[in-house]
Amino acid sequence: MIDESFIQREILPGGAMWSWTLKRGTCLGLTDVEGGANLSALFLNADAPLERYNMPDTLKAQFIAFLTRGNVLYSDMGRILCSIVEDTCGWHDTLCGATDAKWTEARFGASDYQRHRNDRVRNGRDNFLVELGKYGLGKKDLPVPVNFFSKVIVDEEGGLRWQARHSRPGAFVELRAEMNTLVVLSNTPHPLDPSPAYAPKPVGLRIRRGEAPGPDDVCRVFRPENGRGFINTEALFK
Amino acid sequence: MSALIYAESGLLPGNAVHDEVLPAGKGWLHPLKAGQYFRILDLEGNQAVDTLFFSAADTADRYDAVATIRNQGNIFLTTGTRLLSSEGNVLLTITADTCGRHDTLGGACSAESNTVRYALEKRHMHSCRDSFLLEMAGSARKAPPHGLTKRDLAGNINFFMNVPVTPEGRLAFADGVSAPGKYVEMRAEMDVIVLISNCPQLNNPCNAYNPTPVRLLVWDPPARAA
Repeated sequence: MIDESFIQREILPGGAMWSWTLKRGTCLGLTDVEGGANLSALFLNADAPLERYNMPDTLKAQFIAFLTRGNVLYSDMGRILCSIVEDTCGWHDTLCGATDAKWTEARFGASDYQRHRNDRVRNGRDNFLVELGKYGLGKKDLPVPVNFFSKVIVDEEGGLRWQARHSRPGAFVELRAEMNTLVVLSNTPHPLDPSPAYAPKPVGLRIRRGEAPGPDDVCRVFRPENGRGFINTEALFK
Repeated sequence: MSALIYAESGLLPGNAVHDEVLPAGKGWLHPLKAGQYFRILDLEGNQAVDTLFFSAADTADRYDAVATIRNQGNIFLTTGTRLLSSEGNVLLTITADTCGRHDTLGGACSAESNTVRYALEKRHMHSCRDSFLLEMAGSARKAPPHGLTKRDLAGNINFFMNVPVTPEGRLAFADGVSAPGKYVEMRAEMDVIVLISNCPQLNNPCNAYNPTPVRLLVWDPPARAA
């Protein structure tokens, strides 16, 4: 049975990668189906991918080190790629990046397609390079990913602390595209997750048409900086 | 790793093979050979030095801020920090640090981010990214054939800048921990290209609202003892 109110609805299995051009005004919902998922995500301007998610500008403009409802994802051009309009999880990691082949092999041992077929251990960087390659993009086009459903805090000494059992079954976050955004996902473990087993969890994806942000939109009014970010972004589409 | 590791260097400025003062608002693009030591000296104090490194052999293998902090489990750079590349290689190791804390989360200022952070009409003030772009374009000096462009501008280091994060996830721009004469020194572990913007930002305390020059020194690898 297809729910026609959604443009797209699917389950992204553990280890898988995915990409989609999210049109301005559409919303991408992510559900941590079983709890304990980590979904690494890249964001680029689909119309001009030299403009892309800028982690420092996102954190500086909003005086934050993590993402939740009301926050926006800034590009390097002072514009907003996506806004976070719903979040029942409360904290998404911005600081730690994705896994790569070296890390994955050191943690889980050697794994290859010849022996393990589609159960092979996958890593974030290689997944991203494959998916970016479909758009003619490569290593130099890799922004820092957001790690949805993962929480890492920074202690008083600057130490990074992984927070176990953070995301609960059914945790849901929804992003609204403020420009046409190329979203690239890798459903692979968080690099600070100490779990000895490679067991990435399924993540539900759903895309729907959203409502345009009004003057009192939760993301627009989060800080005066975001108001200016929306002015810069909306000017592109006037 | 503790966040503050004070260590002095025994290298003497008189023996440096390169010694230059870089004014605020200027860029600098310079190769380093494996084994060379590179010092950045904060001449007047509280000056942010926005810095990127690239493998000279393959500029796609570049400084990776999140790989570096993840590897050491700490957001601050200081003595002993290995500056990692996007391919997981060690570009340089910090060998001396009399400041004790350097940022790699805050990125570089740009005309566009200034419109968001301060005011739309701040767009036309000078910014680090403009210095990076001009330096990569090769206009300011004879640049080596590195082929660097805007695609190569990933998250940088801000030497002498203090950007603490609270356990609640708030980001702050704390006034500098640096002072006149403080320095940081690192050893190149491979041939690298250094790209610096000596930050011109006037709108926040990263330069104490007064951008000032820094001194850049390079030493050849010390001769082996007989």
